[in-house]
Amino acid sequence: MAFEIFKKFIDKFFRSLFRGKKKIRLGLYGPPNGGKTTLANRICQDWLGEDMGKVSNVAHETREIQIKEEITIKSKGKELSFNLVDTPGIATRVDYEDFLKYMGEKDAKSRAKEATKGIIDAIKWLDDMDTVIICLDATKDPYSQVNITIVGNLQARNIPVLLVANKIDLKRADIKKIESAFPQYKVVGISAKYGTNMDEFYEELLKMA
Amino acid sequence: MLTLQFISYNQIANLEPDDRIKKLLSFVKQDKIVLLEGRLRDEEEADLIRKTMEDIDEKFTGIELGVVHPQDKDSSLYKQIHAMLVRLLLGNRNGFTIIGPANIIQEIKKDPDKIQLLMKDQQPPPTKKTSKKKSKK
Repeated sequence: MAFEIFKKFIDKFFRSLFRGKKKIRLGLYGPPNGGKTTLANRICQDWLGEDMGKVSNVAHETREIQIKEEITIKSKGKELSFNLVDTPGIATRVDYEDFLKYMGEKDAKSRAKEATKGIIDAIKWLDDMDTVIICLDATKDPYSQVNITIVGNLQARNIPVLLVANKIDLKRADIKKIESAFPQYKVVGISAKYGTNMDEFYEELLKMA
Repeated sequence: MLTLQFISYNQIANLEPDDRIKKLLSFVKQDKIVLLEGRLRDEEEADLIRKTMEDIDEKFTGIELGVVHPQDKDSSLYKQIHAMLVRLLLGNRNGFTIIGPANIIQEIKKDPDKIQLLMKDQQPPPTKKTSKKKSKK
């Protein structure tokens, strides 16, 4: 236990030492279908003029870690450069039968296999992040254990977190519920799909750097 | 029949993190719903998800996980530090953790102090009509 505490201290020390010198690794985490890749595409479109990954309504569309390097965002005289890491959505269950309404059995099984591997990779990458954006669907229950596990793991690693309540364009969106579930974090409500409130999102991101 | 398997924290307290997870998953794979006293550490919860993903196949489709962990928001700084030290030394024995097989539990819904298990619909038993037809033949 003492070793773990010492390791965390060393990790934090080196993270702060190099934060100003290297490219920050900014991770996008969250459950499947929260809009992580839509947000990644929005950021890339806003600052690079190109997309990052494919988006779909079928869960586990992103099944591999995707990295877009050298993104620089600017707001109110501040500047932040980072490598954006889009991760597969973390879930506790993957059933190939859930995909059968969208594709054949062979493809569904293959997708399920890739999804489980993607989740394992996403968890492994937690250690390599400097800052994390947790992207939650604001229409869904924020108290799911996956969300709490992700947040707890980032807290345990002293990794700064910005919580995004995505899909605020939908009527059922409830930012306050996310705020009350995670009162320790700033929550920014956005619609990554329509680019709503992205200015506030970038300002909050710059505050964290 | 649904089986609830209660596991006291003492039963896993002296196990290595990997062995704790293996033990919990072994019960879940027997289609039992595990009711664990206390909760795993954050890193162990992530490892539980990782190990679950490694084990997923056509039969085992994963787990549903829920933790009820009441927190006394009004406790003094001394009590908070005391609780933290107890957690570090002895593990987190407050609250409880539910881990169930995804083929039985559809969803675990949670408010801070309340937990609801939504079960998957069971297959209806074969109708009598079919058996009557067979007997006529």
